[in-house]
Amino acid sequence: MTTVQLEHPHAQRRRTLVRGLPLAPAVVLMLVFLLGPILYCLYSAFTDMALTGSSETSFVGFENFRKIFTSDEFGRALGYTLFFTIVSAIIGQNVLGMFLALTMRAGGPVARAVVSAVVIGAWVLPEVVAGYLWLAFLGEDGPLNQILGFLHLPTQDWLFSLPILAVSLANIWRGTAFSMLVYSAALSEVPREIEEAATMDGAGTIRRLVSVTIPMVRRTIATNLMLITLQTLSVFGLIWTMTRGGPSGASTTLPLFAYQQAFQLSQLGYGTALALVLLALGGVFSLIYLRILRLEDGVR
Amino acid sequence: MSTFSRRALLGAFAGTSTAAALAACGAGGSGDSSKTVKVVFRQFGANTVQTDFLAAVKKEFEAANSGITVEFEPVKAGESDYSTKLQLLMRSPRTAPDIVYEDTFLINSDIEAGYLSALDDRLSSWEDWSQFIPAAKAAAKALDGKTYGVPDGTDTRALWYNKELFEQAGLPTEWEPANWEEILEAARTIKSALPDVTPLNIYTGTGVGEATTITGYEMLLYGTGPNPLFDPDAQKWVIGSQGVRDVLTFYATVFSEGLGPDIKQALNPDFGNTVNQQMIPEGRLAISFDGSYACGSWLPTGPTPWPEWSEVMGVVGVPTQNGDGPKVSMSGGWTYAIPNNAQNPDGAWEFIKTVASQKNQTTYAINQVQIPVRTDVAADPEYTAANPTNEFFAELVKNTQYRPAYSVYPRISDAIQRATEAVSTGESTPQEAAAEYDSRVKEAAGDAVIEASS
Repeated sequence: MTTVQLEHPHAQRRRTLVRGLPLAPAVVLMLVFLLGPILYCLYSAFTDMALTGSSETSFVGFENFRKIFTSDEFGRALGYTLFFTIVSAIIGQNVLGMFLALTMRAGGPVARAVVSAVVIGAWVLPEVVAGYLWLAFLGEDGPLNQILGFLHLPTQDWLFSLPILAVSLANIWRGTAFSMLVYSAALSEVPREIEEAATMDGAGTIRRLVSVTIPMVRRTIATNLMLITLQTLSVFGLIWTMTRGGPSGASTTLPLFAYQQAFQLSQLGYGTALALVLLALGGVFSLIYLRILRLEDGVR
Repeated sequence: MSTFSRRALLGAFAGTSTAAALAACGAGGSGDSSKTVKVVFRQFGANTVQTDFLAAVKKEFEAANSGITVEFEPVKAGESDYSTKLQLLMRSPRTAPDIVYEDTFLINSDIEAGYLSALDDRLSSWEDWSQFIPAAKAAAKALDGKTYGVPDGTDTRALWYNKELFEQAGLPTEWEPANWEEILEAARTIKSALPDVTPLNIYTGTGVGEATTITGYEMLLYGTGPNPLFDPDAQKWVIGSQGVRDVLTFYATVFSEGLGPDIKQALNPDFGNTVNQQMIPEGRLAISFDGSYACGSWLPTGPTPWPEWSEVMGVVGVPTQNGDGPKVSMSGGWTYAIPNNAQNPDGAWEFIKTVASQKNQTTYAINQVQIPVRTDVAADPEYTAANPTNEFFAELVKNTQYRPAYSVYPRISDAIQRATEAVSTGESTPQEAAAEYDSRVKEAAGDAVIEASS
């Protein structure tokens, strides 16, 4: 009896190993192409690695991070990143996506098809193309100013005077489709009977939305918020195409700041340290959303 | 049938992806490395003078060296993106070209990074090297005393002005500003007389990159006193100087009074081309700080041929701040260099010798409007007769200054560009921007800074 019990786990372990064998190539590939660069990035964040100007790389401990947290420029970039993320993702894409999903649910099939085609069209456009479209749209002689001029309204120069708003608008335009699709799927799961019951109890449209529909899709909202926040934190191409982070750094979010430091000012070590800080920022946002989800579960 | 076709499909897919992977592996080596010479240079905008020139040299070289093929890899990028791309290419033997075209202000930085190989052994056995002027030889010489690049020309800088517009505005067509104030006064006169014309251009901001530093800012700064940027005796970068604040005040004046170009346009990386290929030939810009090469755009070989330019455009040296001392000029230039990771350095050297021959350098100096670095080219009557402004700009060589192109210079230059951008957009006052500049210099240079004596 005891011998059998002793041998049994051995045999099982061997079988698990054999079964796991087909996974080996995938694991090796992951280690080489995913874990490798991450470890290399971790290593270089603690060095003074440079693209030019010095042939030696030495370990500098936390110097890069000290430099980050004492730098005014980093503070500004962080501020722009938070503005960009909150305005364009958490408020813009999220609210507009929900609004579109709700109205499409109420609208007829033709309107639904047209709206979703247009919105998803914006989403499938490559980032750089979307960037150029908005650059042209907001430009000095662009369509927006022509429309404003036609209506005898003052023209805008947001690309120059408020570049972070300009890129936020472009990102809302580009990213809303994702939230809309997610919310459309979630809303289709909400049973019509419950909403009808609420109407019977005398709830108006707003009341029904706030007290019935939204609470029923709240988990989807949290998941969607997490996804779009992480996507928006790392937006680079759109902003680079539209403003290159300028003028005077007034739309330099963290990904652009890290790129400038690493490749334009040749400080690879400092740039990777910034990338790690950006990663940590994404982690903080994820933790907050996960925490909200868990609190929800506790309440129920 | 259906299983079979699916298998066939998968097989085909696996086959193509393997082939693609193999092709990708092969691309790094690009065949027999001793049979090819890969050259990387910058080609931006509509100017193809260097591309056309190198294509002709390639023909000559391949005819003389049968079996060796020259491959060009022009990088289409702005100034700062070009150097980044170059550095990334040179980092690995798999991607390193055999010849790189390096700006002299970056070459020290790349030498210290160990990207380039010294050419001294090759130069000592090349008889043409004695034809090169000492200043140009020094441009590619590192602190270790070795030479890492063969220069292909230099340049000087001055003010270009449109005589027709000056005449319409009631200004003298033989203009000779004595100090900065007279430049601004002329610009103000043009602004009030010809409201549709941009009175004055001075490069600003990070968009046009190094052009802001050398063709704009330093042309003024070097007129404020001796060694205003770098103290060669102390080997330290100068901070806290009145000169810096005065230059930034000049920028602030130009843009706040509406004497300069539209700032949104000026911050575009392509603005240098806009100035010389559109604004000047179309008569929309009156005065411009620019290099001796500017008229290259208007020659028959240039991107926007403009036969009347030599009648319309005048050139005059940039005065110092208060008009004391000789005219200010800054000089730069480019070199051909061989990376340490080059696969075919011997072939590369042979090609560089062909590029730098007397005949080819004469062609290049004329078409690209370079100031020759070979004495035999400078003396060539074909060169001096080729262009009415050649003599004027060659004359400036006497008093021209070179940038302190040490390894930290690119970051100092970036600090300069940001300071000019901040005052040109009106975001900072000259005092604030100068303070910000000082802190950036300290961050870049560490202890190697010195307070200005004034």
